[in-house]
Amino acid sequence: MQELTKSLKVSLWFMFLTFPLMVVRVNTIEHTVEWRWMNMVYMAVGSFALSFVWRWALRRKEMAKAAPERPRNAFTERLGSDKRFTVSVYGGLFALFALMPWIVSTYQTNIFISFMLYVILGLGLNIIVGVAGLLFLGHAAFYGIGAYTYALLNHYYGIGFWTALPIGGVVAALAGVVLAFPVLRLRGDYLAIVTLGFGEIVRLVLENWSDLTGGPSGVSNISRPDLFGHHLSVAGANTYVYYIVLVMAIVTIIAVQRLKDSRIGRALQALREDEIACQAMGIDRVNVKLMAFGLGTAWAGFAGVIFAAKTTFINPASFTFFESAIILSIVVLGGMGSNLGVILGSAFLVLMPEYLRAFSEYRMILFAMAMVLMMIFRPQGLIAPKGRKYIINDPDLAATEGGKA
Amino acid sequence: MATVLNVQNLSKNFGGLRALNEVDMRIDSGEIVALIGPNGAGKTTFFNCITSIYTPTEGEVRFTPKSGTESRINGMKPNLVTGLGMSRTFQNIRLFKNMTVLENVMIARHCRTKGGILGALLRTPAIRKEEQEIVDRSYELLKYIGLHRYYNDLACNLPYGEQRRLEIARALATEPSLLLLDEPAAGMNPQETASLKQLVLRIRDELDMAILLIEHDMSMVMSLSERIYVMEYGCMIAHGTPDEISKDPRVIKAYLGEDHA
Repeated sequence: MQELTKSLKVSLWFMFLTFPLMVVRVNTIEHTVEWRWMNMVYMAVGSFALSFVWRWALRRKEMAKAAPERPRNAFTERLGSDKRFTVSVYGGLFALFALMPWIVSTYQTNIFISFMLYVILGLGLNIIVGVAGLLFLGHAAFYGIGAYTYALLNHYYGIGFWTALPIGGVVAALAGVVLAFPVLRLRGDYLAIVTLGFGEIVRLVLENWSDLTGGPSGVSNISRPDLFGHHLSVAGANTYVYYIVLVMAIVTIIAVQRLKDSRIGRALQALREDEIACQAMGIDRVNVKLMAFGLGTAWAGFAGVIFAAKTTFINPASFTFFESAIILSIVVLGGMGSNLGVILGSAFLVLMPEYLRAFSEYRMILFAMAMVLMMIFRPQGLIAPKGRKYIINDPDLAATEGGKA
Repeated sequence: MATVLNVQNLSKNFGGLRALNEVDMRIDSGEIVALIGPNGAGKTTFFNCITSIYTPTEGEVRFTPKSGTESRINGMKPNLVTGLGMSRTFQNIRLFKNMTVLENVMIARHCRTKGGILGALLRTPAIRKEEQEIVDRSYELLKYIGLHRYYNDLACNLPYGEQRRLEIARALATEPSLLLLDEPAAGMNPQETASLKQLVLRIRDELDMAILLIEHDMSMVMSLSERIYVMEYGCMIAHGTPDEISKDPRVIKAYLGEDHA
């Protein structure tokens, strides 16, 4: 009974909320008002039913919290332990991605290029936000710095893609370190605001320094990457960029994973957990923070160079705050600190809108709903970061663990 | 016996408030020294000053590691002080809560290892060897403290008493010459306190280091320490052996009030 009244209240509330939008339609030509009462009925029934589902989901979540140690997802568990299984899964995925441009259309290839660019961007940001715990809202600025580094070097000095790729990464990393100096003492919300400001500063500089950057009209006719000195056709170059970005994404995944598992990565995690204890344990706070920013933004720089080479035209509108917000959403949605999570997150946020073009009018609503549901039901993200396994040389321990099993 | 820590005329002001007023202290190698005093006397401020988390306003802090020369450490970065060989625990436990017990200890090996970014990316044999050494050494320490069966649990899931012990293990992993314990027995039951006492003695004897502890548990302080310093209102009001301290009228006054003196 209580449930029923609750749901009744919910449906009444939704009827009230959607009344102006769904029911009333003013015809401005004939000066009449159209009342669509059926919509209200649909709304009432729909929200009445959904409120039951909602409460059931919430209860299930509470139950899951109470139940100790649910068995882990068998697939991810096996991915970690069974070596042959791991190799075949990754090998299959790699083969699929390697053959992609020959199977699907150029348009689809382009979508996958942008998906993998976001993987690179997300993994970079994951070092800063997920591992080191520094809320960073200016990632798109470094993406832009990388892109403009290549665009301008190409425009003024004719420098090619392969030379510009490392330069773009280094310039973005240096810019990250330069930003890190003034924000060393900031944490949390304050840090977020400063990085947000920095992102806007970079965009405004690009927009207003017309002599150098071409202002809002951007830089066009950027060279596509060469294949050992050969110029490729547009379609060929597109496939080539696809392979470059695929290799780059794989390099990024491996590099970020290794960094996370290293001495440096542990120091970053310690910084996230407790700054004072981290210093008391002999970690140089300043050094580690600078490293976090530099290591994170370098990947944005690489992604930027590839982006400029892919589109051959860039302007500041590609590097707005909205872009930073998307990258941050990828990290948060995927699971802070988890690389697999970031990949799934960018698949979700980049590929879904492309394949759900039919619902493109409702894209932002779906996006917002996904975020809200995610924060309620899985605040740790799609994939929670998994701890690393260590090899322990202890016969006693092996004996006790063997006894348990 | 060689002096490990030599503090002279140490003062610390917070704005107009003088939290420490011309405090002196000397600790010799292999000694267990206690620092006691009523709440708010400035004991933890003193700890923070000698470990450089605060910069002292005036005075000298001189530290001599086991194998090394004396150096003046006030105003040094805290991580360098730890690197020299002074390590501490915290009054309100400051573990890395969302990392495993083993990782907590591994982090403390940071200042004794060198692996950099390039090494991490390329994962050279030298780096891999260093990593395994960090794991082995950390696990060994956990075993020494008696926490090895928890090694893969998150630090925040440990029982309270074990969290305090983990803090000690973490401090030991930096290979200190002087170990500072800030109320290690706070919130422990009598059995835990007793085993902690054994642990402190064992650390001193087997690992050969000086220990300075802040503690309110008087039976522990009296039975454990060789010398005691007493603070009140930021000043050092007395120091001596446990016997001398328990008879000192100023100490009794500070703890029990005017009438009992």
